[in-house]
Amino acid sequence: MRLLSSRRRHPAAKALLLVSGLFMMGALYTIIAPPAQVSADTGNSQQIAEGKALFAVGCASCHGLNGEGQINGTIQGPPLAGVGAAAVDFQVSTGRMPMAKPEPQAPVKPNLYSDEEIAALAAFVASLGPGPAIPDPAQYDTANLSAEDLGRGGELFRTNCSACHNFEGAGGALPGGKYAPPLIGLDPERIYLAMLTGPQQMPVFDDEVLKPDDKRAIIGYLEALHARPTDGGFGLAGLGPVSEGLWAWIIGLGSLIFFAMWIATKGVKAK
Amino acid sequence: MAQPAETVPDETAVGAETPKKELGPVFKLASGPTKWLDDRVGLAGLSRPFLRKVFPDHWSFLLGEIALYSFIVLLLSGVFLTIWFKPSMSEVEYQGTYELLRGLRMSDAYASTLNLSFDIRGGLLLRQMHHWAAMLFVAAMLTHSLRIFFTGAFRKPREINWLIGVAMLSLGLIEGFAGYSLPDDLLSGTGLRFVDGLIRSIPLIGTWAEFFVFGGEFPGELIVPRLYMVHILLVPAILLGLIAAHLALVVYHKHTQYPGAGRTAGNVVGYPVFPVYAAKAGGFFLIVFGVLTLMGATMQINPVWVFGPYNPAEITAGSQPDWYMGFVEGAIRIMPNWEWHIGSTTWSWNVFLPGIGVMTLFFGIMAIYPFVESWVTGDKSEHHVLDRPRNNPTRTAFGIAAMTCYAMLWIGGGNDLVATQFHVSLNSVTYFLRVAVFVAPVIAFLLTKRICIGLQHADHDRMLHGAESGVIDRAPSGKYSERHRPISESEAFALTQHEDLPALLPVAEVDGMSEKEIKSEQLRRKATRFYFIDTLRRPTRAEIEEAAHHHLHPMHLDEGNGEHHAIEADEEEHHLAK
Amino acid sequence: MSEDTAHGRPGTEIATVDQERYPVPDPGLEPHLPRLTDVDEKAADRATRQVATFFGLVPVLSIGFAVVYFAVPGDSYLDFGPLRANTRNLLLGLTFGLALLFLGVGAVQWARKLMDDKEMIDYRHGASSSDDDKNYVVTELDKVVDEAKLTRRKIIGRTLLAALATILLPMLVGLADLGPWPTKKKRAETIERTIWAPGVRVVNDVTFQPIKPESVEIGQLINGEPANLQDLEGAEFQIERAKAAVIVVRMDPNTITIPPSREGWNIGGILCYSKICTHVGCPISLWEQQTHHLLCPCHQSTFDLGDAGKVVFGPAARPLPQLPIAIDSEGYIVAQRGFLVPPGPSYFERDSRHDSP
Repeated sequence: MRLLSSRRRHPAAKALLLVSGLFMMGALYTIIAPPAQVSADTGNSQQIAEGKALFAVGCASCHGLNGEGQINGTIQGPPLAGVGAAAVDFQVSTGRMPMAKPEPQAPVKPNLYSDEEIAALAAFVASLGPGPAIPDPAQYDTANLSAEDLGRGGELFRTNCSACHNFEGAGGALPGGKYAPPLIGLDPERIYLAMLTGPQQMPVFDDEVLKPDDKRAIIGYLEALHARPTDGGFGLAGLGPVSEGLWAWIIGLGSLIFFAMWIATKGVKAK
Repeated sequence: MAQPAETVPDETAVGAETPKKELGPVFKLASGPTKWLDDRVGLAGLSRPFLRKVFPDHWSFLLGEIALYSFIVLLLSGVFLTIWFKPSMSEVEYQGTYELLRGLRMSDAYASTLNLSFDIRGGLLLRQMHHWAAMLFVAAMLTHSLRIFFTGAFRKPREINWLIGVAMLSLGLIEGFAGYSLPDDLLSGTGLRFVDGLIRSIPLIGTWAEFFVFGGEFPGELIVPRLYMVHILLVPAILLGLIAAHLALVVYHKHTQYPGAGRTAGNVVGYPVFPVYAAKAGGFFLIVFGVLTLMGATMQINPVWVFGPYNPAEITAGSQPDWYMGFVEGAIRIMPNWEWHIGSTTWSWNVFLPGIGVMTLFFGIMAIYPFVESWVTGDKSEHHVLDRPRNNPTRTAFGIAAMTCYAMLWIGGGNDLVATQFHVSLNSVTYFLRVAVFVAPVIAFLLTKRICIGLQHADHDRMLHGAESGVIDRAPSGKYSERHRPISESEAFALTQHEDLPALLPVAEVDGMSEKEIKSEQLRRKATRFYFIDTLRRPTRAEIEEAAHHHLHPMHLDEGNGEHHAIEADEEEHHLAK
Repeated sequence: MSEDTAHGRPGTEIATVDQERYPVPDPGLEPHLPRLTDVDEKAADRATRQVATFFGLVPVLSIGFAVVYFAVPGDSYLDFGPLRANTRNLLLGLTFGLALLFLGVGAVQWARKLMDDKEMIDYRHGASSSDDDKNYVVTELDKVVDEAKLTRRKIIGRTLLAALATILLPMLVGLADLGPWPTKKKRAETIERTIWAPGVRVVNDVTFQPIKPESVEIGQLINGEPANLQDLEGAEFQIERAKAAVIVVRMDPNTITIPPSREGWNIGGILCYSKICTHVGCPISLWEQQTHHLLCPCHQSTFDLGDAGKVVFGPAARPLPQLPIAIDSEGYIVAQRGFLVPPGPSYFERDSRHDSP
C-alpha cells in the first residue's frame, strides 16, 4: 500500500490514474452492457454489418448503439426503429445527420458520407424495424406532367405545404427557433423523401393518403414555379408584402426625397 | 408694383385688345380662345390672384406633393385597370396563358387579374405601378404628416387642415386594403378572413356588422363587388373632396416658411407660381410618375399568380398585409389572449382591442394633438413661421416616442420573418415586443428630449461665442483655446426667431374663478411645466451684447477660456419660470 | 426687403410682430446672388442644351414604347444577371418611365438653372375675416331671419329641425337588407352549423379520397374535408369549406392526454380537429410532429393537439374544436356527428362555456 501512497504526488500519477480509470470503465461496460440485439436480416447482411459499424461511429452517441434512442438527458436522439431506409437517406444525404451540436433543429450541412455508406446505414436502420423504403425514381420523375397535373400539384402544395414553407417555398418560422426550410433548388428525390418520412417536426405524408402521383405533381409544380422567371422584375426574395413595403420606402420614397432635395437646391452661385 | 392697379370703368378700355408688345406664335394662337373663355367665365379675374402667388422653396415642402402626385397616378392607372377587371366572385375555370393554374376553378375577379397580368399588353406594368403608387401614397402622407408635426405647422390657423390630413391618411389605409383585396387571391383573401374575424369580435354588434358587410357568411359572393364600389367610387370621391379642401386651405392661409432672414410671420418669401413653381411642381409630378413607372417595370409586386386563388382552407407562411396595416397586424399578434366568457356571451378583447382599439387610438391621438398643445400653451395667435424641432423638445420627443411605438408594432407584424431571417425564436420576439411596445417609447421620449436640449445648447453657444473656426491658440502657460468667429446676422436671426413658451407656476390669485376653472388652470400650468421647464431660453439682447463685448476685448490669452465664465454663471436663469 | 419684387396687399397684412421680441433684429432678405448661368453665357448655353436634350429624348422614348408594345411578344424573357423578367413588361416600363422622368427632370433643370430665381415677397392676411365682413354678415343674417318670419313664428323652425333630422330615417332603413339579420335562428343555420353530420366520411382535401386508419402513420398530418363538400359549388362551396375544413393527425397514444369526455372521439391515436383557428379564422396546417403543437401562421396562436387542442401560446383564447370520429362499415374514417361547438372566430353571442372538455 505504501508503494502507491508514497508515490501519490509523482508527476505521472495523474495521467496514470486517468488511464486506469478509463480502462476500468471500459472493462465494466463490456461486462455489464447488454448484448447486441439480433434482428431479422432484411437485406444484405454484409451491408447491414457495414452500416452497423458506421452507425456506431457516427450515430450511436445520440441514438444508441442499436438505435434505441435517448429521450432524457442533454443529448437526445429519438429511437430509430420504424423510421425506415428513406429517413436515413434523407437525413444523411442532406447533411442534417449527424448533428454537430444539440440545437432546436438540424440544419443542412455538407454531407460527408458516400452513397454506398448511406445505403449501408439505411440498410442497418431498416433492419431495426419496418419503415418507408427508398422510393423508385419513377415516383419522383417529373417529366411528362401535363398542365392540369401541374395545376393540381399547385393546389396540393398550397393545401398541404405552403402553411409551413410559404406560397413559393421560401420557408417559414416555427415556434422556438425552429423553421421550415426553403424548398428552392432542391433535388426531387429529397423532396419526396421529406414528404414520405416527415423529418423532425415536419409531419409525415405517407403514400397511402398523398399518393405517389400527388407527390410527383407537387414536385413538378415546385420545379416549374422555380424555373419560371419573375415576370414583374426583380423578385424581392418572395417574402411578400413585408419586403415590398421595405422597398417602397427605401427606393420609392427614398429616391423621391433625393429628387425633392435636388429640386429645392439653388444652382451654382457665381461667386 | 405692390399696389393693385385701379380698374378702369370706361367701356372703351374693356374692348381694347391691342397688346403693348409683339406676341410670340403660341400666345397669338391662344389669344382667340382665351378671349372667348374670358368673355364667359372671367378667366383673367380668376387667374389674377394665382398667377404670381408665392410659394416658399424647401425640399420638405414637397412631401405632400409626392402624396398628391401618387394619388393622380393611382387615378390614371386605376382607370386603365377597371377596363379589364371583373369584380365578380362567380366561379370560372381558368384556361388562360399562365400554365400553372390551368384547369383550376377560381373567381372571375382572380381570372381577370391573371388576364391583365399576362394577356393585356402593359397590364402587368399598370398593375404594378398602381400597387407601388398605393404604397407610396400612404408612405408620403405619413412622412408629410411627420414633417407637419415636427415643425408645428398644425398650429392655428391650420388645425382643420391637420384634421383633413388625418382623415385622408385613414381613408388611404381603407382604400389600399380594399384595393389589394379585389383580385381575390390567397394572400388578400386571408386578410379578408382576418377582417371578418375582426368585425365579428366587436362586442354587441359584431355578427350584425359581419353579416351586413359580407352579405351573409364569409366569404359569400358580395364582398369583392362591394369593395370594388368602395375602392373606385366612394373613397376616391371623398378623397378628391378632401384634397380640394386641403389645397384650398393651403392657398388661403398661404404656405408656412422656415425661420430665416427676411421671413416674418407677416410675409411669405419664395417663388411665384408661374414660371418657377409651376415648372418645379409640374416637373416633380412627372418625376414621381416616372419613378413609379420604373418601379413597375423593374420590381415585382403582388404576384397573385404565385399565391393562387383564394381558398379558405389554404394558407401561406409569412402572411402579412401591406405595410401600412402592419401596425395593426403587429398589435394583434402580440396581444395576450384575453377573452371574457360571461354567461352565454363572449367578449373578445384579444381581437377587438388591438384591432379596432389600436386604430382608433392611433388616429384619435393624431387628431386631437393640436388641440391638446394649444390648450397647454394657451396660445391663440396665428403661426406661419415653422418651429425647428429642437426648439420644442417635448413635442418632438412625443413624436419620436409615437414613432417608436408604431415601429414596435410594425416589427410585431413581421415577427415570423424576424424569427427566420435573424435566426431567433418566434416566441421570444413576441414576448420581447409585449414589453418593448410600452418601454421603448418611454426610453425614446427621454433620449429625444435630451438630444433636443443638447442641440439648443449648441445653438446657444453659437449665438454667444460664434462658430468654431478650427484655429487653436496656445497660451504661453500651455493652455489651449479655440478661436471663434462670429456668425452671420441672418443665422443669428434664424436661431432666435422662435418664441420662448413659458413654464408657469401654479396660479396664485383665485378670485373670480370657479372650482372647476381653478382645477383646470392648475392642470394646464402643470402641463406647461412638463412641456417647457427644461427648454433652454433664447439669449436676451443684453446677453448677446455682453458676449460680443467679451469677444471684442478678450481676456488675457493665458486665462484661456475666460469668456465662458461670464455666461455660464447666468445660465441657470434661463430655466426659471416667468 | 426689395420692394420691387414684393407682391400682394401690404395694407391688409398681419399686424407686424413686435421687434422687441427678437433679440436679434431682422436683417432683411439676403441680397440676391446670381447663379453661374446668370453671368456666364457659356454655362447658360450648356444648361439650355441640357434641358433641350432631356426634352428631345422624350419623343424617342415614347415612340420606343409603341414599338415595344407591338413588336415584343408576351412570352419573351430577359435573363440578365440577377434579373429574369418578362421583356415586354420591362421595356414598356423603361421607355415610358424614362420618358416621364426626362420630361420632369428637364422642366426642373429649366427652373433651377435658367428661370429667373429672384425671390418674391407676398404679404399675409389674417385668417379671420375683416370686421367689416363680420358686421355685414351678422346684420344681414338678422334681417334674413326676420324676413323669413322665423322669429315670430318659431314653430316653423322647430318643426323644420325635427323634419330634417328624421328625413334621414328612410335612407338608413333602406340599408337594412345589406345582409341577412343574424338572429338566433339565423346564426344556428349559418355560423353555428357545418355540413358535418353522422356518417359523413373524412376525405383528403383536393383529391377527395376517403381515408382508412391503417393508412395513417404516427406523425402524419392529413388536410381533410367532409365528403359531402363535393356536392356543393360556387359561393356555397367556399362558405362551407371555410367552416368545415379539418386536420387529421395521428399521435402515439402514450404521449397524449385524452380527457375522459372525449375517450371515444379518436381511433387509436388518430384525432380530428377543426382546421379553422379560433382567433380570427385562418386555416391552420403547421403541425409539429414531435411537440404536437399546431401553429397558426397568421398571428402565431399555438394549439396542443395532444391535449384537447388547448392554447399554449398566442392571442387565441379558445381551444381548437375537436370532431369526434369513428370507422364506418367499409373501414373508412367518418364523423360521428358535427362539431359540438361552432368552429372559427368568436362572436358576441357565442356560448363559449363548452369549448374545454
